[in-house]
Amino acid sequence: MSDTAVAPAKEKATFRENGGVRGWFGRQPAWVRWAVMLLFAVLAFLLPYAGDIPVIGPQITTEGIDWPSALFNMSYYVLLALGLNVVVGYAGLLDLGYVGFFAIGAYGTALLTSPDSVLYSHTGWAWLGAAPVALAATMLAGLILGYPTLRLRGDYLAIVTLGFAEIIRIVATNTTTFRGDRGFTNVPHPPGSSGGKPIFGVTDATPYFWLGLVVIILVIFGVRNLDRSRVGRSWLAIREDEEAAEIMGVRTTKFKLWAFSVGAFIGGLGGVLFAGEQGFINSSTFVLQFSILVLAGVVMGGSGNMAGAILGGALISYIPDRLRGISLGGTDLYEYRFAMFGAVIIAIMIVRPQGLIPSRRRAMELKDREKEVAPL
Amino acid sequence: MNFSGLINEFGPLTVAGLAQGAIIALFALGYTLVYGVLRLINFAHSEVFLVGTYACLIAWGWFGLDQNSAAPDLGAMLGYMALGLVVAIVASGLVALLVELVAYRPLRRRNAPPLAFLITAIGASLAISETVGVLTHRVQRGVPPIIQAKTVITIGNTHITNLQILIVVLALVMMFVLDRFINGSRLGRGIRAVAQSPDSAALMGVNKSRVISLVFLLGGLMAGIAAVMYDLKIGVTKYDAGFLLGIDAFTAAVLGGIGNLRGALVGGLLLGVLQNYAAGLFGSSWLHGAAFVLLVLILMFRPTGLLGESLGRARA
Repeated sequence: MSDTAVAPAKEKATFRENGGVRGWFGRQPAWVRWAVMLLFAVLAFLLPYAGDIPVIGPQITTEGIDWPSALFNMSYYVLLALGLNVVVGYAGLLDLGYVGFFAIGAYGTALLTSPDSVLYSHTGWAWLGAAPVALAATMLAGLILGYPTLRLRGDYLAIVTLGFAEIIRIVATNTTTFRGDRGFTNVPHPPGSSGGKPIFGVTDATPYFWLGLVVIILVIFGVRNLDRSRVGRSWLAIREDEEAAEIMGVRTTKFKLWAFSVGAFIGGLGGVLFAGEQGFINSSTFVLQFSILVLAGVVMGGSGNMAGAILGGALISYIPDRLRGISLGGTDLYEYRFAMFGAVIIAIMIVRPQGLIPSRRRAMELKDREKEVAPL
Repeated sequence: MNFSGLINEFGPLTVAGLAQGAIIALFALGYTLVYGVLRLINFAHSEVFLVGTYACLIAWGWFGLDQNSAAPDLGAMLGYMALGLVVAIVASGLVALLVELVAYRPLRRRNAPPLAFLITAIGASLAISETVGVLTHRVQRGVPPIIQAKTVITIGNTHITNLQILIVVLALVMMFVLDRFINGSRLGRGIRAVAQSPDSAALMGVNKSRVISLVFLLGGLMAGIAAVMYDLKIGVTKYDAGFLLGIDAFTAAVLGGIGNLRGALVGGLLLGVLQNYAAGLFGSSWLHGAAFVLLVLILMFRPTGLLGESLGRARA
């Protein structure tokens, strides 16, 4: 003991070394953590009134689209980002066809509830009745897509999922049952009324945003509990080294299917909400760029970390909406959104591959690989 | 289901499929070359092709040609063809090099996980195609009638046009040249060495970075030729033209065995023909759907493709 060199007594550790904000947060007693989370939730619910704040408010709110609608868009993008984060961030399966599940959720709702649908005479259900059926269909689709494809290598999986989403879009465009571009009209809104007027009306999107927020909070708790359970640990093992995980007795196919169907479920949830708010869907809503945009959000925010996914999902929706109505050289800046996000994806992967709010473990994995680099 | 239609139109569908397949095969070479060497799917290759389709149109535009101009005489036609090919090849080659430099090289230096490459590739693809989309206002652009399609051979109800012959012959010639280049030249030997074992090749004095750039360049050149052929055959181009044909080309590469040059040719021609049969059977809107279904089936039952996947081992 005595003859080994004693490390010089350390100065008080800096804030950063103690884990920064998240380290501080983790050391607080439970009630402080709950209070902070509750505060964030309350602030989120108050967002529709952000425009009323003097000076800053008008800078935040959008010009080309009314603010509650922009918020609602944000809420379903955040949902999609949370769902894709389960598939890409937790289980490490690159899914480029995520919009397919969103589409199935939306089409499931529309088929069961819209008067334009062939099923309408049999069902004619309300939005709330159709939602569980549509969600079950999405999860089933997740299993159907997952089962034959999960044995594929990562990059092949990406292309096949992309193909899956395109097939869904092609089927929706070309078959009479799904009505292609004409789409489904009069998809009913969510139920509920106050003072004789329906809560979920046509003019104000605020209630939809609140509904989306409630769903998001439920999803956050659900995913967090899954992540901390045996399922989450299996996902982690699969992401880091699938073969090693398999040897250690993790049933990889089963848990990959879990990831796919949980992701599909959350994506479907986004679709159901979307159909309920818009009241109209057609096949041109579900273009492939949409999947890629959500992927960009997850990667940008920090894949494998829910806070990152939420931030990323909100940004991919907010930035284009904020740019709407601002023109540059005769072209609306909104037009550039996909091009811009394409460039952002590259920049992030090069400069900060772990994302804006990284998952700690993920960042360390990346660092490890960097050490193994062979000189060019 | 329209079986009688398929049987009656069998000849024309086959010929159209071969011409379509030749373009797909040239396009697929870019995927297969990069995959053979780097084991990564160059998702941005479709945009390399897209830039080629616009570059030759712009070059023809310098001479006042647009979709309404009259067909040129033989000498002028040859001149325009040469010009279009050169410009498209240069533009596509440069874009391919640029993509490698911007999107792949920094990641390779950091030994990033394979998914990271795919994500930057998607980013590059989206950025390029959408920029073209914004610049062209998402309207399609017509191609000047450089070559008038004329029937030169008729067998039964099958009419084979000069354009179809040109496309197939050019694709075969380019495949032959590329095959000789990879198998016969010193640079080709470097490519095969890196494909077999990057680290050993580097130890033997092969400049790995240069080989990788060369591979991207070669893929870009082939995509440039495919782009001119596509323009002449289809008659219009649009900002998303690269994406849809890119999926076909990727399917063709996988069908033949990705990483295998001859596989790309076989896969391309086969896919072109099969797609046209599917279009005859179910209607033309299912053309791309057929490619996807085929892709899923191959990956499930024979993921190494028809001829096996290897650039290093399979003698190119």
